[in-house]
Amino acid sequence: MVPFFAYVTVFLLIPALVVVIGAFVSGGRPTLGNIRALGQPAVTSALWHSVVLSAVTAVVGAVLGAVLAYAVSTASPRGVLKRFLTSLCGVLAQFGGVTLAFAFLATFGATGFLTRALATVGVQSGGGLWLYEWDKGLMLVYLYFQVPLMLIVFLPAVEGLRPQWREATETLGGSTALYWRRVGGPILLPSFIGALLLLFTNAFSAYATAAALVSQGSPLLPLQIGGTFTSEVILGRENVGKAMALAMVVVVALVMTAYAVLDRRASRWLVR
Amino acid sequence: MAGPVSGQRAVMRRRQNAFRWAVVTVALLFFGAPLFGMLEFTTRDASGHRTAATWSQLADLGTISQRYPDLSAGLVASLWLAVLTVVMMLVLLVPTMTWVRLRLPGLSRTVEFLCLLPLTVPAIVLVVGLTPVYAWVTYLLNGSAVWLCFAYVVLVLPYAYRALDAGLRAIDVRTLSEAARSLGAGWGTVMARVILPNLRTAVLSAAFLTVALTLGEFTIANLFSRTNLQVAMYLLGKSDAQISVAVGLAALLFAIAILFAMSFVGGQRDTVSPLSRLRRHRQEPT
Amino acid sequence: MTTAPTTYAPTTSGGQRGVAVELTGLRRSYGPVRALDDLTLRLAPGELVALLGPSGCGKTTALRCLAGLEDPDGGRIEVDGKDLTRVPTNRRDLGMVFQAYSLFPHMTARQNVEFGLQLRRQPGERRRARAAAMLDLVGLSSQADRFAHQLSGGQQQRVALARALAIEPQVLLLDEPLSALDAKVRVQLRDEIRRIQLEVGTTTLFVTHDQEEALAVADRVGVMRSGRLEQIAAPQELYSRPVNDFVADFVGVTNRLPGHAHGHAAAVMDADVPLLSGSATSGAVTVLVRPEHLAVRPDAAGGAEVLSVSFLGAHARVVAQVTGGPKVFVQVPSRAVADFSPGQRVTVTPVGEPALAVAREEA
Repeated sequence: MVPFFAYVTVFLLIPALVVVIGAFVSGGRPTLGNIRALGQPAVTSALWHSVVLSAVTAVVGAVLGAVLAYAVSTASPRGVLKRFLTSLCGVLAQFGGVTLAFAFLATFGATGFLTRALATVGVQSGGGLWLYEWDKGLMLVYLYFQVPLMLIVFLPAVEGLRPQWREATETLGGSTALYWRRVGGPILLPSFIGALLLLFTNAFSAYATAAALVSQGSPLLPLQIGGTFTSEVILGRENVGKAMALAMVVVVALVMTAYAVLDRRASRWLVR
Repeated sequence: MAGPVSGQRAVMRRRQNAFRWAVVTVALLFFGAPLFGMLEFTTRDASGHRTAATWSQLADLGTISQRYPDLSAGLVASLWLAVLTVVMMLVLLVPTMTWVRLRLPGLSRTVEFLCLLPLTVPAIVLVVGLTPVYAWVTYLLNGSAVWLCFAYVVLVLPYAYRALDAGLRAIDVRTLSEAARSLGAGWGTVMARVILPNLRTAVLSAAFLTVALTLGEFTIANLFSRTNLQVAMYLLGKSDAQISVAVGLAALLFAIAILFAMSFVGGQRDTVSPLSRLRRHRQEPT
Repeated sequence: MTTAPTTYAPTTSGGQRGVAVELTGLRRSYGPVRALDDLTLRLAPGELVALLGPSGCGKTTALRCLAGLEDPDGGRIEVDGKDLTRVPTNRRDLGMVFQAYSLFPHMTARQNVEFGLQLRRQPGERRRARAAAMLDLVGLSSQADRFAHQLSGGQQQRVALARALAIEPQVLLLDEPLSALDAKVRVQLRDEIRRIQLEVGTTTLFVTHDQEEALAVADRVGVMRSGRLEQIAAPQELYSRPVNDFVADFVGVTNRLPGHAHGHAAAVMDADVPLLSGSATSGAVTVLVRPEHLAVRPDAAGGAEVLSVSFLGAHARVVAQVTGGPKVFVQVPSRAVADFSPGQRVTVTPVGEPALAVAREEA
């Protein structure tokens, strides 16, 4: 009991306080300057990029992942296909950072095999430079862990759909399309939105992949925060980093709260 | 009598199968392409021919540690980190969660909140907050990479908590411990001989998640300038990309293989029929 | 039998709007397993037929074929004279109640009941009135705005029944609707299902593995084994005149006593038992005798010894070991409990009610 609370205090609560207090302190004095510094164009554009990147990959990843989850749910429950895909996605969902960046460089980079294969059929993909841009390559790379994450998160919900609901709809006179519109769809909606929010925070918090892939500039908020560590310390920059970190926590906390609410509703419907 | 009726259901099932295979094929192509890209890249020599040189080098651990000392140092550090993080995670969580269930149910919301809190704290933010704490860690201990385990325990807290919570939910801790105590067992015996054996699967999956997260961690190590496996791969990627990519691919395939194997071992919980579960949970008010 | 089946008035007169159902020569295999082996079954208009059998006997497959949720490999399904074999489920005009969990979780009880009516494009006013009437019929008017997870298992099944009946289906299908419920609710709801079925007069197929349930609610009970109908008859007849030992064993409790057949009777435990038609008529036989068709009396020189005596409320049961023979169950009036105690010597004799005899394979 005591070790647990002591540990959490030192390594979780104190860091949280450091961020919160640091966001409002500069040179030992309380200030709102750090928060005001969030209005700098570099920070606002990084925040905007982060939000767009996270939102787009969350929506696209959620839709693709949901289709995949449904397809997998129709396979035999103890079959090899389902086991293999869930294991694969379980690893890929956590597969960020360096290896992921390597993988995409080896595929779409200047000498990547797909780049070369496309070149032989006459399609030039611009030497793979698009891969380093946050609104092109990074989106594709993020999808590589967003889709698997969606499968892992959403599959239990799809499998919670009881065959009786479909059969009851049919005996009452409904077609397959009507089942999805009136029964299956509405039942899955809270789980789907919840999973989408989870995907958003997942992309929003990701640092490693972008850091390993993007070497110039800091187009994303996590990279901006990371920049306050590695760059030559401009006076007070460190505490602006804390303000950015606080902004990030606020966004993530809001989204996670919405997720928790939706998840509770979904679990009431899909009694497992 | 007419011949076999080719019914609606058969048509539906065929359509469903076709849809499944189409979707799964597309997904596997998308998931497979970058992995194949890594394989292709690591089996290429300067003139563009196939070669297994990188992989045979990788299999020879002796030369690896000689030629790429940073890589082997990073690997060793990451393995230590995995072990330390798992041990600390279990020591912190298992007794606390069990004890809360047994004697202090009022604290369960607090413990849950604290354990899930890191979900709202991105690793990059944790780095910001941990900076002064790690200044002390470096002062009191040293600057070695293995002390990253303190941060990693926080990082894995939500996942480990959920895995263990699911395990504790599946057994009736209170009845089990009361039964054991009525037979004369002390609290230590209850933990070691009754609770832990029943939590085996949950402990195993919590440990697996922890190891996976630890071996894949880059953000914190990189920003604190400590060399673990991922940081070593990142640095090496700038000079000798092939060996670095090969290590990444090997680690990834290894993780998939482990998870795939584990999917055949676990899952006894599924054998509880939905019916018996229904009977247990739904009390008739009449 | 621990509970006497409730008797109801014959029903064929009550079904003003019931239609006839005919399954002819239905076949269905799952790989090497024959779930339906040339099943032929007719339901009279307004009749409630229960299909009874151990799990895997094909009773659920039969019901699902009738519902269109399963394709038969061959055979014919007719409802009210129309061939429905190839008609998809959603155009068959059926009401179905599933084992459990079939309520749509995102709708209230009322919305569940209205759902089928909405699909039939019934105007709002009539729809609401009909839903209210159906919820009233199952006694849940006060719970109309609750969601499934706020209702007990028994209440959920009532709503499911109201939902199935709201669309005034031609046929009502009940797929083990009570098996997920507690014993007390099960008895209560089965009587209610019967009351409602008599009231609306819908032809009903009821699938169950619980013989007591089948005997209690059905006009006729069909006992199935390996995809075939072994016997279909009114409950009393099924109980008193089983056609074979599978039916006798499956329905009620039966003693298997060794005997010797000679013509239309068999010598069993020093008494003669008249044999039912279909019995073996000569040689060594096993005679299937109900516990209430045996008598037991204290007898110091008797050929059996009491093993246990249990008081069951309305009556009591004595279990005795016949020396060199089988263990037998005997039903006695509950006031006779005091006359017996374990270890006591007794004499057990058949009272002479007709019984079924099957040829015995001698070791």
